[in-house]
Amino acid sequence: MSVADEWTAAKDGAAPVAEKVDLLVLGAGPAGMAAATEARAHGMSVLVLDENAAPGGQVHRAVEARLPAKDDQDKDGAKLAAAFRASGAQYRPGATLWAVEPEGKVFWSEAGAARSVRAERLILCAGATERPLPIPGWTLPGVMSVGAAQIALKTSGLVPEGAVWLAGQGPLLWLYAVQALAKGGRIAGIVDLSPPGGLRRAQPHLLRALKAPEYLWRGLVWQRQVKRAVQVIPARDLRAEGEGRLARILVDGVAHPADLLLLHDGVVPNTQVTRAIAGLTHGWDPVQRCWRPGLDLWGNTAVPGVMVAGDSGGIGGARAAALSGRIAALEAGRALGRITTDERDGRAGPLRLLRDRQLAPRLFLDAMFPPLPEAAIPDETVLCRCEEVTAGRVRQAVALGCLGANQTKAFTRAGMGPCQGRICGPAVHGVIAAARGVQGGEVDPFRTRFPTKPLTLGELAALAG
Amino acid sequence: MSSHGSPWDSFDVAIIGGGMVGSAIGFGCAERGARVAMLDEGDVALRAARGNFGLVWSQSKGDGMPAYAAWTRQSVALWPALAERASTLAGRDVQYRAVGGLTFCLDDAEFAARQLFVQRMHNQGQEGLQMLDRHQLRELMSGCPLGPEVRGASYQPADGHVDPLTLLRGLQAGMRAAGGVHLPGASVESITPIAGGYRITRADGSEVSARRIVIAAGVMTSPLAKMVGLDVPVRPVRGQNIVTERLAPLLPLPASAIRQTGDGTVQIGVTSEDDGSFETATTTAALSRMAARALRVLPVLAQARMVRSWAALRPMTPDGFPAYAESRTHPGCFVATCHSGVTLAAVHAGRLAEAVLTGTLPEHARDLHPDRFVGMTHVSSH
Amino acid sequence: MFRRTEPTDCTIEWEGRALPARAGESLAVALLAAGITSFRETPVTGTARGPLCLMGACFDCLVEVEGAQNIQACLTQVTPGMRAGIQHGARGFVDDAA
Repeated sequence: MSVADEWTAAKDGAAPVAEKVDLLVLGAGPAGMAAATEARAHGMSVLVLDENAAPGGQVHRAVEARLPAKDDQDKDGAKLAAAFRASGAQYRPGATLWAVEPEGKVFWSEAGAARSVRAERLILCAGATERPLPIPGWTLPGVMSVGAAQIALKTSGLVPEGAVWLAGQGPLLWLYAVQALAKGGRIAGIVDLSPPGGLRRAQPHLLRALKAPEYLWRGLVWQRQVKRAVQVIPARDLRAEGEGRLARILVDGVAHPADLLLLHDGVVPNTQVTRAIAGLTHGWDPVQRCWRPGLDLWGNTAVPGVMVAGDSGGIGGARAAALSGRIAALEAGRALGRITTDERDGRAGPLRLLRDRQLAPRLFLDAMFPPLPEAAIPDETVLCRCEEVTAGRVRQAVALGCLGANQTKAFTRAGMGPCQGRICGPAVHGVIAAARGVQGGEVDPFRTRFPTKPLTLGELAALAG
Repeated sequence: MSSHGSPWDSFDVAIIGGGMVGSAIGFGCAERGARVAMLDEGDVALRAARGNFGLVWSQSKGDGMPAYAAWTRQSVALWPALAERASTLAGRDVQYRAVGGLTFCLDDAEFAARQLFVQRMHNQGQEGLQMLDRHQLRELMSGCPLGPEVRGASYQPADGHVDPLTLLRGLQAGMRAAGGVHLPGASVESITPIAGGYRITRADGSEVSARRIVIAAGVMTSPLAKMVGLDVPVRPVRGQNIVTERLAPLLPLPASAIRQTGDGTVQIGVTSEDDGSFETATTTAALSRMAARALRVLPVLAQARMVRSWAALRPMTPDGFPAYAESRTHPGCFVATCHSGVTLAAVHAGRLAEAVLTGTLPEHARDLHPDRFVGMTHVSSH
Repeated sequence: MFRRTEPTDCTIEWEGRALPARAGESLAVALLAAGITSFRETPVTGTARGPLCLMGACFDCLVEVEGAQNIQACLTQVTPGMRAGIQHGARGFVDDAA
């Protein structure tokens, strides 16, 4: 394809080439891979931008390096990746999207150079990010997220060993423990911070959850496996301590030596890009306590031509993500005149039934693991790691009249650092809501702006006409 | 917090607008013993104060309007005292540094044009402003890695810069410390004369009454001013900003459109997009042009990462100069608007606040009455 | 802290010290596998930091690589012989325009 040749040329130092594609897909996780594959099947030209070096996203990270696949998750991922590789979609790994402007103009950076393309339609599949779990001392070297440890496991086979603690709650925490133990890792203990009464809260949703019983069954098996090998301490209060690096954790005041602490409190939709698009509305999800873009059944946002699929539209897990990717691609095909409305509906019908089944256990899981309350975060805890802003300073800003994250940012610098509020965003938002005594939906989140990833001034200046 | 029915629902002064202008006047009034309420919109208000570049600046102000030039100089002279107070009130240094300010010239034509401007300003009474050639500039800022295209700069030793967000925080904290009340979260829908003052009704249904009102609502000034019989045409001018990651000290003096903040970040600004739009999205086209010019001044910045960009709307009057007035039909109702809220903060918190309480606008401010706009079409901004 | 379950195939240099690594893995993972947790000192207070997320979001794994500053170690692929070190505070500049 000539488009590919020109891009390859651009990579070798020539000027970036402006081109047009039918569909641009952001992200090569399950939703993005499935969307691209489906779109190609209907003859659309597809460009896929992904920040990672290989397809898979977070959940199927480096899946192609673990063939033949051993567990269900890897099997799913390997199948998606193989179909995606064979689909004929233009795949750009190591490509970071940083702006979406009107009329489908998309900018990204690749190998230190900024590029742009015009796309008739966009499907944004930016996935999920871990909800931060700020505790006193979480900025010490040696404190990481569970998701980070899972990446180290999947990409390089690093397993935990020594005084390694897991803390927090949520399915990923237990899954990582299972994966790490299966690879011969050792875990000193798990600090279970989940609010007590999870099963009681979740029970009303049990019947519905049993439409996809494998999720619950798997969860029970994981917990049982882990609990046989590792001590689990239910607790309310956790602190990390050490001089210059993690040395110990305090669990409800009781000290345990620690050289690695892995935190997790579930995941939230990654809305960094969608929030920056003018006119793209978001709503507050009071159950998952997060913002999500307003979507119709197909994944259309409030902005014509811009669609969202997968966890970045609301947490549903990898299988639901792949299905929404395909559904969104069918709608894109209809919008671009590649298939009729009837064809779209005919093909999407079974996919939507499957997706409903995959989403069935959500309410149960959400009730089991509600996010930890931000009101309980001690004042001295750093929320914004980049600018080193504590929960106490955020609360002071609220006392000074700040109603939302944006004025709070202006008054405290929280969210002003290189991570652009990615890490602290949910925590700052939650602390403000709790301090004001209102629901999260009444507190404006950080407004994001393009470029949504830090790029060098040199890259930016090179685009000046 | 609702003021409805509380003992706080009647105030000496209600300030409409919690931006740089409103906060300075509100602080000044509260500090002079008045009971002040500052009414403000919500978290995503179109706030010029957030887009401010942070210059305390006289060198380019008031060409053709001597009253504005004098008003600016007066404020700059009062700035050291304000900075000290605002730092104490904010609990953090506002980082006011009167180290002198520059306007870079990147070729002979820019240098010649700036030279003419400097002469003109000199003839209108601005002292100290001078042109520096490349050699003098390098002597003034030894070690600063200026790009080869930098031809020279205009230089005003009295100019400086400040962290505008900490200043805003300090002014608001000061107003509160002096007993003022901050009522954010709702826009103003109507202003009605009542016995002894005015009643303000807000979008959330709450009411606030006050003996005096100051409209300091930035780009939303015009419709509010009309409610008190004042015609103050103000249009939005978009300014886009770029901020880099924190960098080691690099640029010792602030310049028009590029400065290194006290935190080490380099701020690059500001576009002046006068298209009447209330849109605050950033555009890659504008940001890339700003970055390209910044790299001509400091090529080493090519490796620096930008971490934030944003756009804010600055209020612009037809001639670009500030407007101050007390309403003739609604005595006790004032309007104050400008796009130099930081530079003028010292006079706003001082003589203007006093004028609101006494009813007599000070010299210079009096000459900036919006009556001058009658029959004027929009001209260039200053 | 961590133990490798897969073989290494090259060495890299960290603060002048040779460490085993695997070509193509992320520099952050290679450092963690070697027991390194402190990657940088913050420009705000100078305190030590190491990676949090390993997925390019947190900017806590900034290091110096081959003389270039503020490089995200988690997005940098190891090449044999790669030299890296602690990022001390804010990015600095050398005036080579003088």
